[in-house]
Amino acid sequence: MVQFKLPKNSTVRVGKTWDKPTGTANVRKFQIYRWSPDDGQNPRVDTYFVDMDNCGPMVLDALIKIKNEIDPTLTFRRSCREGICGSCAMNIDGINTLACIYGMDEIKGDVKIYPLPHTPVVKDLIPDLTHFYAQHASIMPWLETKTNRPAKEWRQSIEDRKKLDGLYECVMCASCSTSCPSYWWNGDRYLGPAALLHAYRWLIDSRDEATGERLDDLEDPFKLYRCHTIMNCAKTCPKGLNPAKAIASIKKMMVERTL
Amino acid sequence: MSYLTDRKRAVGKGSSHSGTEQFWGQAISAVGLLILMPMFALTFGHALGMPYNEAIAYYQHPFPAIVAAMTVVTTMVHFRHGIQVVIEDYSRGVTKKVLVIFCTAISYTVLAVALYGLARIAF
Repeated sequence: MVQFKLPKNSTVRVGKTWDKPTGTANVRKFQIYRWSPDDGQNPRVDTYFVDMDNCGPMVLDALIKIKNEIDPTLTFRRSCREGICGSCAMNIDGINTLACIYGMDEIKGDVKIYPLPHTPVVKDLIPDLTHFYAQHASIMPWLETKTNRPAKEWRQSIEDRKKLDGLYECVMCASCSTSCPSYWWNGDRYLGPAALLHAYRWLIDSRDEATGERLDDLEDPFKLYRCHTIMNCAKTCPKGLNPAKAIASIKKMMVERTL
Repeated sequence: MSYLTDRKRAVGKGSSHSGTEQFWGQAISAVGLLILMPMFALTFGHALGMPYNEAIAYYQHPFPAIVAAMTVVTTMVHFRHGIQVVIEDYSRGVTKKVLVIFCTAISYTVLAVALYGLARIAF
């Protein structure tokens, strides 16, 4: 459902400004969203100053430095720090991306960091992705076969394998889905770009034998057809993938089986 | 508060097995309008400013009358599909159902009135 105004208890307020580091001129200002479910307070934006002479180049480096040296209560997810796990997805400088592969030199002025938009917040920069993961599970992200299992392996030609390029690389960081206005308004029913990209990855897999059932499950005005080709998903994807193209391909498959 | 599992929430009532017809219908009507709109603009523009009797006589010719009729039909088909998508995007519950019914009724009414008008001019 469309919401143009935040509820009163979600209005973001000005938070604490932490001291500047001394003995260095190379300081960068970070404005970071903070919210804790434990204190009953509204969300706030805290201001931190980071000594860039002693900090790595990525936004995640700065976040880790803030947590280690300035404010240990700052909470965020991170794991691989090389764009493979998708844990550190957040809204940096107005763009949903992975903090570990987003360089601070790409940002002009202050660094503003918020959790992924239009998601319930667990704490600080951690979004609740429960529904997002459940939607992903609902598209059956595994190989479905009916033929008896071959003695050795399911074979696939080089050409058919190439069709999975640009699809299998998705790390499920949710940057695309949470940048999509259709997913903001109808995320309860619309599967969103990430789940649909994965759905297409299995639809187009030459080894999968459940194409019809998969298309049946997706054929719905809300699950699939809420995509209006806004293209925010392709613009924001930190892995350079194009979920909008995958969704268009699913729609094409839907039309092709009726004509 | 409801103790639904995450999967139950994600799946909801399942797939309605519909939507493709509407999507394809909207795409076809969009292509149709790309062709019809310039033709309608030319014929309607030609009749614009004519004295009443001349304009009526002009629309008694098959080409401008058929172009006008096809444009109205295609526009209303496109409108009905498009407005339903917009309503579904931005409203919920009873409001959504009422708006969809209202806009569908408007599209059919406009269609009927326009075709009746063209038929009266033609015959």
